[in-house]
Amino acid sequence: MTTDVSFEAGARDERALSVWAATLRFLLRNRSVQIGGGLLVLMIAIALLAPLLWTVSPTRLDTAMRLRPPGPDAWMGTDPFGRDVYSRVIYGSRISLLVGLTVAMTAALVGTVLGILAGYIRWLDGILMRVMDGLMAIPAILLAIAMIAVLGAGIGSVIIAITVPEVPRVVRLVRSIVLSVREEPYVEAAVALGTPGHLVMVRHILPNTIAPLLVQGTYICAFAILIESILSFLGAGVPPTIPTWGNIMAEGRIYFQISPWNIFFPATFLALTILSVNVLGDGLRDTLDPRLQRSV
Amino acid sequence: MNADRTPPHSILEIRDLTVRLPPGGDRTNAVENVSMHVNAGEIVCVVGESGSGKSVTAQTVIGLLPREQLTPTSGSVIFEGEDVLTLSRERMRGLRGKRISMIFQEPMTALNPVVRVGRQIAEVFRSHGLEPGRGGMPSISDLLESVRLPEPERLQNSYPHQLSGGQRQRIMIAMALALSPSLLLADEPTTALDVTTQARILKLIREMQDRYHNGVLFITHDFGVVAEIADRVVVMRDGQVVEQGPTDRILRNPQQDYTRMLISAVPSMVPAKRKRAPDAPVALRTENLAKTYGGGSWFRKGWEVKAAEAVNLELRRGQTLGIVGESGSGKSTVARCVVRLIDPTGGKVYLGDTEIGNVRLRELKPMRKRIQIIFQDPYRSLNPRRSIGKSLIEGPTNFGVPEREAWARAVQLLEIVGIDPDAHARFPHQFSGGQRQRICIARALAMEPDVLVADEAVSALDVSVQAQVLDLLTDIRDRFDLSVLFITHDLRVAAQVCDSVAVMHQGRVVEYEPVEQLFAAPTHPYTRELLAAAPGRHWNFQAFCEATETVAALDG
Repeated sequence: MTTDVSFEAGARDERALSVWAATLRFLLRNRSVQIGGGLLVLMIAIALLAPLLWTVSPTRLDTAMRLRPPGPDAWMGTDPFGRDVYSRVIYGSRISLLVGLTVAMTAALVGTVLGILAGYIRWLDGILMRVMDGLMAIPAILLAIAMIAVLGAGIGSVIIAITVPEVPRVVRLVRSIVLSVREEPYVEAAVALGTPGHLVMVRHILPNTIAPLLVQGTYICAFAILIESILSFLGAGVPPTIPTWGNIMAEGRIYFQISPWNIFFPATFLALTILSVNVLGDGLRDTLDPRLQRSV
Repeated sequence: MNADRTPPHSILEIRDLTVRLPPGGDRTNAVENVSMHVNAGEIVCVVGESGSGKSVTAQTVIGLLPREQLTPTSGSVIFEGEDVLTLSRERMRGLRGKRISMIFQEPMTALNPVVRVGRQIAEVFRSHGLEPGRGGMPSISDLLESVRLPEPERLQNSYPHQLSGGQRQRIMIAMALALSPSLLLADEPTTALDVTTQARILKLIREMQDRYHNGVLFITHDFGVVAEIADRVVVMRDGQVVEQGPTDRILRNPQQDYTRMLISAVPSMVPAKRKRAPDAPVALRTENLAKTYGGGSWFRKGWEVKAAEAVNLELRRGQTLGIVGESGSGKSTVARCVVRLIDPTGGKVYLGDTEIGNVRLRELKPMRKRIQIIFQDPYRSLNPRRSIGKSLIEGPTNFGVPEREAWARAVQLLEIVGIDPDAHARFPHQFSGGQRQRICIARALAMEPDVLVADEAVSALDVSVQAQVLDLLTDIRDRFDLSVLFITHDLRVAAQVCDSVAVMHQGRVVEYEPVEQLFAAPTHPYTRELLAAAPGRHWNFQAFCEATETVAALDG
């Protein structure tokens, strides 16, 4: 029997690996996932490789070069302080992606924990969900501005300020899944087998949330990138010393009539990034949802 | 409606029908070279297990095959002289509902939940340019009355959710017969209903057929229903017709082994004889067990439902106690209270000598080992994301059995329940319903319990598979000296496996007797009603003859 068991362990690992590989291959068959994912990967590559992409320092002032139109010296022109818009946009993508991905992950993590608590502990459910309802009643941007006013400007506080309004959505999603899956006979069977509550959660309930969370995560990511830009545009976000698409546009705003490139290029990047994340999310939803239904 | 009743004329004739499945399935054709016919004034039952192609045949006749997935490739379906396979969509739509109509299995989903039933019935007329109650058409009240629904005026203004399952199925029948079609297709119309409701609906279909003299193609998997209703039988397997003939001939003298197997798999109402020790120790006992659902919350007013009340049961070691009742009778509530998946609100549950109904969860944990449960739905009882091996070792490892030992035991158990042990790395979707139920039994056995609770454990299975799983349950009961609490809605099944039976009705045990006594001399009117409603009660399916014993006397 010993040989059997060790063989079994090996077989299980191989199996798990091939399941992930198969899932990835399955997802990549979808055209939206290909396009959205490809564009997003390109954006991430640009953000990571910013110093290598023929950029200059995004904060270098050059008063002789103010408001130059796009040309061989400055591919996307320069801003009112003579800074290179191309370099600023490329470096600005770092902030957008950082904020978007961090917010999506934090919101998913915090939301999942709270959602599980709400779905599993009956007395906590009422209290927690009313707090979440309260949070959802306040417009996300207003709440974020108010929180930044309290926390002070900075990337950290921007991330927190955008995450908090997003958490209730995740909590609702996870809670509803927990509530429906906990009634499944296989979960009851696990309880009858004496499996401790936290293991029931991790083994039998949590895996059902992964696919919907992945889809929800992409939408949160897109929304967070947008909100960050809006906050920075309003001057309530990342400090002006760090270039972000939002504050590049804010600084170009008053010269919009004579030098539209100050707004056009960051806006294009912003739109493309959000589009790619949303397309990816749609593709994930289309591929994952029918499969979920089939497996239930 | 047809004045001329004497010469039987064929309404539907299916000749050499073949319907292809999409590539990549387990066989190439859903239906292969199928021929059958339905005469006016005749009920033809198509019998087969799931996947036998019986529903596909019916869908082909009415032109409801899922487009681009299933395509008829050869043969013809002649309905009133026309081949429906060649008809245009418009012509087909004209026939549907008017000349051919259909009733479905799920009365819950076959009606639109947001439209009053009266309007839904009227729609049948209007979609054919007619108006109910005018131009010789029956009015909606007449129709509702003809299917024996009470208060037709009030009912036609109700929404589907306000009606019971049986009432909904009657509405479906009223809609199907509204334009007096010559052919009625019935796809398992009583499978989702309680036994007593089933008996009434079967009677109604018979009556309606007598009145309208139409042909009925009735699809079922239950030979009990066949014995009740059919004039002729067509037995199908894997898309092919195995055998067809008059009901009496098929039931008495089946020619094919497969038919013989299907018929003998139907549990008969004659209780199986078995010796039992009357003084075996009590394994499970309930004392005034009660469960009340309800209570208010912040925003809701309080409400109460007494799901179970004053339930006193006693299960002895090595025996099987059946709890029989219809949906809503509280039988599952009792099962779940006993296993402590829900907390009883009153009374006590003794497992051996230990009270487990009121103890805290921490003290309950060691007792979990001793009582295990098997559920109804084999498709939802196993975690789809875990290999069956992992599901099998979950219980023992919870109680500190080393993983290696648990694996060894899992392999043994798979063999005992008749699953290839090499399949332990596979996932639930790779098994059939019956196999999954076997795996669930193995999972419960892995805990080496004293008491096994089977909550409708065979109800979702085909009769032939059901018989095998019942054999397995009986086998393991004797082998491991288990006590089984067997919850079922089917008296026939209870007759086969139980030593004593408790009949539940509206949360209470109305009759509780040893099985022979219950079937021979039922005292409570509800028990008598249940017994009288069991389909095929006049028939002893194992002996291929009419039942002579106890049960037939009931109707007198």
